[in-house]
Formats: sequence, C-alpha cells, structure tokens
Amino acid sequence: MRIVKDLTQMKAGEIGRVADIQGGWGLLRKTDALGIKVGTEIVKVSSQLMRGPIIIRVGNTQVAIGFGMARRIFVASREG
Amino acid sequence: MRKVLLIGNPNVGKSVVFSRLTGVNVISSNYPGTTVEYSKGYVRAGNERLEVIDVPGTYSLEPNSKAEQIALEILKDSIARQNGIVVNIVDATNLERNLNLTLQLLKKEIPVVVDLNFWDEAKHLGISIDVAELEKILNVPVVPTCAVSGEGIKELVHRLPEAKVTNYHYREGERWHEIGKIISRVQKVSHRHHTFLERLADASIRPLTGIPIAMGVIYINFKLIRIIGEGLIGYVFEPIFEELWAPVMINISSILGSGGFIHDILIGRIFQGKIDFGQSFGILTTGLFVPFASVLPYVFAFYLVLSFLEDFGYLPRLGVLADKMMHQVGLHGLAIIPMMLGLGCNVPGALATRIMETERERFISATLMAIAVPCMAQIAMIVGLVGKYGARALMLVFGTLFLVWLTIGIIMNRLLKGESPEIFVEIPPYRIPYFGALAKKLWMRVKAFLKEAIPFVLLGVFIVNILYSLKIIDFLGKLTGPVIKSLLGLPSGAVAALLVGFLRKDVAVGMLVPLGLSLKQLVIASVVLAMYFPCAATFAVLLRELGLRDMVKSGAIMIFSAILVGALLNFVL
Repeated sequence: MRIVKDLTQMKAGEIGRVADIQGGWGLLRKTDALGIKVGTEIVKVSSQLMRGPIIIRVGNTQVAIGFGMARRIFVASREG
Repeated sequence: MRKVLLIGNPNVGKSVVFSRLTGVNVISSNYPGTTVEYSKGYVRAGNERLEVIDVPGTYSLEPNSKAEQIALEILKDSIARQNGIVVNIVDATNLERNLNLTLQLLKKEIPVVVDLNFWDEAKHLGISIDVAELEKILNVPVVPTCAVSGEGIKELVHRLPEAKVTNYHYREGERWHEIGKIISRVQKVSHRHHTFLERLADASIRPLTGIPIAMGVIYINFKLIRIIGEGLIGYVFEPIFEELWAPVMINISSILGSGGFIHDILIGRIFQGKIDFGQSFGILTTGLFVPFASVLPYVFAFYLVLSFLEDFGYLPRLGVLADKMMHQVGLHGLAIIPMMLGLGCNVPGALATRIMETERERFISATLMAIAVPCMAQIAMIVGLVGKYGARALMLVFGTLFLVWLTIGIIMNRLLKGESPEIFVEIPPYRIPYFGALAKKLWMRVKAFLKEAIPFVLLGVFIVNILYSLKIIDFLGKLTGPVIKSLLGLPSGAVAALLVGFLRKDVAVGMLVPLGLSLKQLVIASVVLAMYFPCAATFAVLLRELGLRDMVKSGAIMIFSAILVGALLNFVL
C-alpha cells in the first residue's frame, strides 16, 4: 500500500517518491535546483530534535531541509 | 583576451580546477559556498593566453544567494562581450543534478566545455559514465578529471579551443525529463556496500549520535589548538626571542645610547637592563613578539584544525545540528560557517556572510560576528593575559561574549523587520583530506595572516609611541577618564588600548599588560575591546558588504552594547 505523507512524518531509512511540493515559487526554485521534483526517489536519513531540519538523500547527495519546508514536501512512501 | 569562466554547482571542485589550471592558489574546502569572491589567473592553451575566472558556485541560473548572483553577473557580462568560454564543472558522482545547470548553460550564446570532475570518486561509488555518448548528445567536449590529483587537467586545457555553442536543443519546461533521458543513456550504477565514511557521515547527523560526536569534535579540537599553540610558544618562539633576539636588542639598545626618541620607538623601555617583550613596546621588541610569538602559534593551530574539518566535510553537519540555536538569533545552521571563519580572522568571516540568502541574515550574522566573535589574534592575547588566572577567568571572558552573542542576536531577531528563511543546503560527503591541498591551504592562511597582521601591528606600536610622546594619550585619558573610570572601572590609561583597538585588536590587548589591572578589570577590558568596534581591516570589508547605512546601524549596536555590557560587568563582578 502506498501512503502519501510529508518528509517530517517519514521514519529514518524510509524510501519514497516525491508526490507533491506545496510551496511558493521560492521553495520550488530551491528544490528544483537540487534535483528534488515530483517523481524523484528520496531516502530519509534523519530528523533533528525539536522540529529541527530533516535530512534526506537524493541521488548521491544529502540535503538538509528546514522543518517548515519539509512539511510542504509530500512523498508516496514505499512501506506505508 | 578571451576569458574562461569556471561555472558549476557549489562544492564540485571549481577552485581546485582553478588552482590546477593557473597555478594560482585559492582556498578550497568541502562545503558549498567556499568561493564567495571571484579569483583570476591565466592559462596557456595552444598559443593563446586565456584569463581564467573562478566563479562562485551556483545550482541554477536563477540566483538564490548573493554569491550566486555574483556568478550570474560574471556570466552575463561575458555573454554580452562575446569573449568568454564556459568550463562547466560537473560532479560526476551527481551527474543528474549537475546536468540541470549544464542544460541551462547550453541555452546561452556562449561556447561550453564540460568537465566531469571527481571522476575517480565516481568510479569508487560504482558509477560509470559513457563520456563519448554524453559528448555526442550535448555536442560539446566532455573531459573527465580528478582535479585534486591533477589527472585530466592537461586534456581539459588541450580541448579548450574546441569549446562551442551547441546545436543541442530541448524544450524549456521539459528539462528534467530531458535529463532523465540523458542519464538513462549514459550512466550505469552498480550496487555496492556502504563505506565506513558514509556510515560515519550518517551517524554525525542523527541527533542521538550526532550531538555527542559534535561535542567530542569541539572538545578535541580546542584541546589540540591549545596543545599546539602553547607548545609552539613555550618550546619554539619564546626561546627564540628570549635566547637569540633579546641579546641582539640589548646590543642595539646600547648602540643607540640606551635612550632617546629613536631608541624608544625601536626598542622601547628597558627593565633593569632587560627586554620585557610584553611591556617594552618598541617596534623591534613587542612589535615583533606579539605577531610572531604570541599570536602566530595559535593562528597556525587554529587553521590547521579548521582546514582539516573543512576539507573533511564536517562543518555543514555541525551547522545542521546547531540549526535550532541559530534560529533563535534569526539565522540558520549554515551561519556557523562565517562564525567559525571569524574565529580565525573577522575579515574572511565577514566575506563568508555572502552565503546567506537575505540582507537581514547578512546584517545579523555580520553584526554578531563583529561584536561577539573575537579573532584568533585577539583570543591568543587574551589567553596569554587572562589565562594566568586559570580556566575560570577565561570562561568569564568567553562565556560573557557567548551570552552577548545570544542576547544581541535574539534582540535583533525580534526587532528587525522580516523573517529569516529556513536552512536548505546540500551536505557534502565526508572526504579524506588530501595532504598537499591541506598544507597549501594552511600555508596560504598563515601567509595571509602575516601579511595582514605585521604591518598593522608595527604601525600600531609606532602610533602608540607617538601618541604617548606627544602626550595625546594623557589628554584623551583625562577627557574620557570619567566615563571609563566610573562606568567601566578601568584606569584612564586604558583609553590608549581602546584607541589602538580601532587598528588592531591584538596590540590593543597587549597594551593592557603594563597597566597592572586586576582580574575584574582585565575581564572587562577584554570583553569591551572585543565588542566595541571591529579592527580597521574588518571595518573596511564590513562597510563594503553592508553599505554605509547598515554599517552605521551595526556600529551603533557595537558601541552601545559594549558600553552597556562593560558597565554591567563592572557592576556585577
């Protein structure tokens, strides 16, 4: 089963494909620059305590994303 | 002369390629945004001499930060003049993401060569790229290189003249789709196991393991800096000055007749027939002792440690861990980079604020750094002066500065209009630093310190002597005495240190030595000297980076908070 959730809801090690990015032009431009767009496969690496940044792996790169932005990036998780 | 622009994503090794091409050394590190200014050099390709420009890294041709904006302006200018070639440096381990910029560049009316850097690392990661096929698709030369070892650089130079404006086309809006097609044709990835470095990398950004690792790293590095710094002072530099230089000075002193104007400027005061390098205050005595024997050892130790952390790739991870705290002061985690560089010297620290996206963040980070991050030269002098009273005395100085940093940051974050964006940054993989590159970087930084420090220190000592002999210090001391005495609890002689502090902070701290201050006075003087205004070199850079209006604002915050904190300390301690 596939469930859509945002990056902050994923567990460390979970894999998924980006399903939607609900952000303004600024967020879209930033995610696009690092190759994060609808359909990209990502792996969640970790999240920092107290709503700190979320770290994901995209291709061979790790990206740190602030909590607020991470909540607007939705992923279809493989595990559900 | 035609220009070669090195353009690529942040942290793909542009500066290393630049050094290899031109022989000009520039600082390179393992985090995005090391290059915030552009550097120039020259290379000969065939019988043509070309100017090479190391451009700050950018992910796309739509800028997200000031450094990226600089990159774009250089490109636009070159297209307008029609005299440029772009060498698009691509991280072969991240081909898909990097092609995003490549495809944007290929739409511009400028000849392009693609350099696939980190070729060896891609091989280790099990990534194989069909170079000939990629070259066929993009219709521009593609050259694999490994810049740190120099492999492929000759070939790159050799093929520079083949750079051309491509006839390859794709529809705008289909860029990622197009990239996907290219990747499926040229790249194969074979499965492999995680390496030790990758597991360490993951462990250092998981909170449960990352925070203890960060504390360990910071502790070990402080220890290392102290051991190396103190070791060099105690076993190398002080003996050199005491055993070899002091007798020479005594000789010169007697040749000059043990007194008089020139004697006092060159040698300074003699104490019972001996030179006191801390107090004599001649250009050849204290003027040389301060930069070489007091400060240089710590500067060397600090840059050794910092350069290793930079090249290993640790700093962005520390930034992620510190992100929450940085948000309290209106910044995000990446702002620890200007702060860390500022600990070495505030000048590169001020330049590094360019990696921040908004003016608000640049103002906050530059102001906080200038107020509460003392440079290594100043730290070394404070350690020498206050350290005699033990670690608790030092904690008092640096703990106060940290509280000041936090408090002023929180206040600025509340009062300044606007919001600061969240962190959004690429975390580079850990890389084992290349010894040659590390040594070169350390040498460049030490050289930059000596070049910057020595003329200013000598000038500072010279001015001090002139001011004293013209009785200007006495006059200013009487003028400002009431404020300095009643508010800060310092003797009126401290005004001389505050005056010289505008020029150079290490000399200023050194001037406290002969005043015979109590511990309380030393703490107050050290804190106030750190806070009240940046040194001349930092001021010049800040003025350029912030503009006059914001510099005036920033300067007002510095002076006001320095007096306030000084008075508070005087009251509390």
